[in-house]
This record gives sequence, C-alpha cells and structure tokens, in this order.
Amino acid sequence: MIFNFIFGRHKKVHHRQSSALADLRVGESAIVSDLQLSPPVAEHLMNLGVVPGLEVTVARSGPGGDPRVYRVEGTEIAMRRDVSRHIHVELLGAPAFGD
Amino acid sequence: MSCHEVARPSDEALGTAYRTVAVVGPPNSGKTTLFNRLTRLRQKVGNFPGVTVEHHTGYVRDSEGQEIALIDLPGVYSLTPKSEDEKVAVDVLTGQMPGTAKPDAIILVLNSTNLHSHLVLAARVIALGTPTLVLLNMADELRKQGGHVDVLSLARELGTPVALVSATTGEGIVAVQNFLNSAVGSPEPLELPVVGSTRGYREWAVRVGENAKYRRPATPVWTQRLDSVFLHHVWGSVIFAVVVIAVFQTIFAVGQPLSNLLQKFLDVTGTQLGSHLPQGVLSSLIINGVWKGTGSVLVFLPQILLLFLVIGILEDSGYLSRAAVIADRTMSRVGLNGKSFIPLLSAYACAVPAIMATRTIESKRDRIATILIAPFMTCSARLPVYTMVIAAFLPNRPLLGVFLGTRAVAMLGLYVLGFLMAVLTARLLKSTILRSKDAPFILEMPPYRWPTLSSLGLRLVDRGKAFLYRAGTVIMLVTLLLWAATNFPMHHGQPPAVQDSVVAQLGHAIEPVIRPLGFDWQIGVGLVTSMAAREVIIATLGTLNGIDPQSHAMDLQTALRHELTPAAAVALLVFFAFAMQCMSTIAVVRRETNGWKWPALQFSYMTVVAYVAAFAAYNIVGHFVR
Repeated sequence: MIFNFIFGRHKKVHHRQSSALADLRVGESAIVSDLQLSPPVAEHLMNLGVVPGLEVTVARSGPGGDPRVYRVEGTEIAMRRDVSRHIHVELLGAPAFGD
Repeated sequence: MSCHEVARPSDEALGTAYRTVAVVGPPNSGKTTLFNRLTRLRQKVGNFPGVTVEHHTGYVRDSEGQEIALIDLPGVYSLTPKSEDEKVAVDVLTGQMPGTAKPDAIILVLNSTNLHSHLVLAARVIALGTPTLVLLNMADELRKQGGHVDVLSLARELGTPVALVSATTGEGIVAVQNFLNSAVGSPEPLELPVVGSTRGYREWAVRVGENAKYRRPATPVWTQRLDSVFLHHVWGSVIFAVVVIAVFQTIFAVGQPLSNLLQKFLDVTGTQLGSHLPQGVLSSLIINGVWKGTGSVLVFLPQILLLFLVIGILEDSGYLSRAAVIADRTMSRVGLNGKSFIPLLSAYACAVPAIMATRTIESKRDRIATILIAPFMTCSARLPVYTMVIAAFLPNRPLLGVFLGTRAVAMLGLYVLGFLMAVLTARLLKSTILRSKDAPFILEMPPYRWPTLSSLGLRLVDRGKAFLYRAGTVIMLVTLLLWAATNFPMHHGQPPAVQDSVVAQLGHAIEPVIRPLGFDWQIGVGLVTSMAAREVIIATLGTLNGIDPQSHAMDLQTALRHELTPAAAVALLVFFAFAMQCMSTIAVVRRETNGWKWPALQFSYMTVVAYVAAFAAYNIVGHFVR
C-alpha cells in the first residue's frame, strides 16, 4: 500500500467514469465505448464481439498478468495490454470492491 | 422439434444441380470437422495460385450419383478482404479466383453457441446472392448449456434454409445432403443494414437473433473450471512446463525408436532386395539410389505423425490457445507472439513438422519469421553428429558427480547456441524485413472439447500425405543426384572408389572455401552428402576412410581425430549448429511459403552465419588449443 501510494500506482477505481479496458481488475465489468485502434485491428475485435455498447468482463489474468482473458457475450478473448489499453470502456454503476 | 430438418423459407426446389459448393465459416465454428465428416478421405490439398493459403477440395455425390466438389475455404470472420485468408475467401466466392469456378452454392457453417458474432458473417455471405445453406453447428453444446434458437424463424429472417447440426455427433447432417440434392434458388434479397460498418451489422445481428428467439448458452462450467487451473498464475506455468516436457519426451522416447526401427527395417529389406537383383549399376541405382532415397524420407514419418498427433490433441482440446497465452509473455520479448511457441518447440524434434505446424499462426509475417528461425533449434538429426564429434574429442569427466559430465555440458552448450541464434535472428527479422505493427496478440479462447478420433486421424493422413508427396519428390531427386555423384565416372561398368568419384571432385572443388574453417576435402564431401540428412556425414566420413560405421564406431572416432584438429572439430560442431544442412527442410519451406524466395534467403543466411561462426570458432579455439 505504501509502495503504491508513494509511486502513484494506486488507482481510485470508484471515481473513474471512463477508462481503458486494461485498467479494469479481474472480475470487473464495463461497457465498451470506443476502440482506438487501427481499422484492421478494431474490425477484427468487433468480429470477435468486442463491439461498442456491449458488456465486457475481465475473465482472468494469465501468469504474469499479460495477456488477460476477457469475456464478451460468452466468447472469451485473450489480448495483450498493448491492445486492451486502447479500448475505452464506461464503468458500470457498481462500486469497486477492495481499495 | 423440427430442428433436424432443413427449414426453408419457401418450398421451391428449382434450379439445376450444384457442381461446386464452397464451405465458409469463421475459425472455431467446426467447419473443418463438418467438411471431414462430409467428404471423409475423398479430398485433396492444394494451394490457390499466388498465395500461401491452402485449401482442401472434397467430393460428395448427390442422390443421382453426380459428383459435387466441396471447397473448404480458410476460416474467416468477415468478407472485408484485409487478410490473405479473407481475400482468398472473397475471390473464390465471387468467382475471381483463377482456376476455380464460381461456386453454385455456399454452405455457411456458424457456431450456434456464439450466434450474434457469427450472424455478421452470415449477412455478408448471403448478400452475395448465391444459394446458401446456413448450418448452426454445435447443436449439442447449445442444448447442453441451455441455449436455444428457433430455426424456422431464423430461416425466415435470413431468407435461406437453416439447419441446426452437430458436426461432431453427425446430428442433422442429413440437411446438407437434402440441400445438395434439391438445388434451391437464390436467396431472396436480404434487408441488410445500409451502413456497411461492423457495428451496424452487429446491431442487425442482435435484432435477427432476437426475432429467432436466440438464447445464448452459458459459458461451459468445465471450461471455466479448467481455465482457473490452466491459466492460474502459478499452476498455469507448471502445467505448461509439464505439457512441454511431455511433448518433447513423446517425440524422443517414442518417435526416435520408431524411426530407428523403420530405418532398420528399410536397411534389411534393402539388402534382401539387393540380393535378388543382379549385381551392377541398376541394382546400385535401385538400392542405393531409390530405396535409400525413399528411406531417408520415410524415417521422418513416425516423428512427424507423432508430433501432429500430440499437437492435434492439444489443439482440438482447446489447450493450445491457453498455451499460447502463457507463452506469449516470453515470446513477446523476441518480437513474436505465443502462437509461435508450439512450432518452435516441435523444431527440437524436426524442423519439417515444425514448419508445417506454423499454419496455426495467422499473421503472415510472424509465420514467416517462425519458419525462418525454426531450423536453428537443435533437431534430432544433429544429435548423432554432435554425439560422435564430442565423443571423439572430449574425454568425459564428471562435473557434478554422476549428474553432469563434460560431454553433457558440451551438448547442452550446442542446444543453447542454436536457441540464442534463433532469438537473435527473430529480433533481427522482426525489426527489419518482417516488422509488423498490425498483428497484435488477439486470440479467441474456444471452450475445452474432447478431441475426436476421426478428426485426429484425418489430420494425420493429411499431413503425412502432404509431407510424402511434396517434400518426397524433391528429396528423392537430390538423393538420386547424390547417388549419381558417388557412382560416376564408372570404370568398366564399376563405380569408382569414393576418392575418384564426382562427389570427391566436388569435395576438392569446395576445399579452398572451407579450408579457413579447418576442413579438408573429405569433410567437404560430408557437408555435401549431409544435405540428405545431417547424420549422413558420419557414414560418409566412414566410407571415405574405408570404415564401416555400423560395426566400428570406435574406429570412426579415431578417423575423426585424424581428420580434424580440436579447433576444426569445434568449428564443425558450430557449423552444424547453424547451417541449414537439410534438403527436407528446404523442400518444406518452399512448399509452405509457396515459392523459392524464402528458402533461398534462409539457406543463404544460415550458411553465412554458420560459415562466419565456424571461422571465428576455428581461429579462437585454435589460439588456445594446439
């Protein structure tokens, strides 16, 4: 905690309104709002189901925390952080736990 | 429940019979399983002109006994021709692929457990206006996990016949035969979203799904349970390591003895065959040329089939996708992603199946990069060479009691050397000619499934055939050339002594080039003959020194010590670690990349690297060891 506080890594989840998919924790859900990726990558993700307006959940994190597996409409998709940090999401109303 | 029947929007069974039918569907829709179920072994593999994308054509008969060609297209998510696979699919479907007739009909295979995503593809395929049968596959999984879809409503929505099937169990497959027997007319024009965006299509798909009372099934409980172990932050890595070692162990502990057994069998039958033939050039051509040539190809087969069996089980069960996720972190450091891991692991057994296994990598650049670095991994053909040279020059002293001796360390060092060069080359390639920005790691995780015997079996037949036909022809040709080079010029119908043959002249010709590495003409001959298979150099050196390598292994070591200085021995090991001394690999790279460009580049690069490294090793070691 002190380490996180000093180095500014502590994120106050419940104050965020919009955020990147990469910043969500395992188990959290949000609504996809925008894919800030090159057209072919965005197209590929949308074909897999990562479409603006749909709910996405962080299903689990692989060893080392990257890539992570996300769930959209029953499909599970693994992607690296360098993709998920360009996917903008709107957080659902539920307050974050922990903290 | 009428879901086993084909639901038609209207009962007009008109039009002429189909001759060519394309099978289209997204990856993980069970398209290939369905194709295999329909055509069984009546299929052939081919490449479309000018692309590396491979396709299968299978044959089925309609009720009147007419043959219908089914073309299995690559798995695609959409028809926007961005990737090579998608371009191939679009070209074939619109009749723009040279040499392939425009299909009379389309069988579209969708995964019924993920209908919303897959209906987007349906919209695009149906919009082509070709008669289409929509198959909602994995009906058994949909039912088991509490999903539902009203086939009749969906058929009405799409304007095409729709059937709920399971390619694995065979449920509902009769619908395909019905469709092929009674050619239906073109679909009625579909009311598609005007906006051509994926988002627009998606909204349309959700609406259609709602109208068809589609209820998405829950994620299978077992998949979640297994993933919580296989992707666990500690256990995931442990299981991954166990799987890797098991794959490795299978290839060596089962595959190697099988290969040896096959080799023995071929040797014995070859000798038997030889005793029935009159002595002479013809007998030599048949036994030493054709028989040994065929044998040098065949002995790879057990390892190749075994490897594809293991990879097949991993892939069909769904674990391979999880392994890719776990390996991705490490692979990303060299600019590759997790999908390259299994091919590279396989390359420790043999580069040939490894290169064939790169087909699972979607990004073309990553696939080429993986193909180019695979032969640096220490394959099993290098082992006999390493063992022989190390045994001849390095006395075995214990370093860590009984666990580790000097020879084992030397062997391990050569493995590390090959691995480091692969990593270095990967970095070089990925930062220059194969740099890619648009292929990030995005991978669909399919649910875990039991692999089926028929799917595994068909894959083995397929890969085995591909290897024997394509690689076999090139390898046979080179083996015959090598035979001719060792048997000419003839004197009074007798083959010359090896030192007088064409191959010896070749050895002498390249001697000035390899002199700086400490090699003489005899090693030169060995380098030429080892193109057939790396370990052939041992037999060649044996023959050149008048020794039968089978019965006098110790004498061969003495001969090697006579042939090479210690520094030159190190240079030889280094050369073998890096050089692409394997025509099977060259043949397979040519086949998989559909051209000579990449194998030529790869062979030149690896030879230059091997030469420079061996030169450096010879001079550095020569400086310290007399």
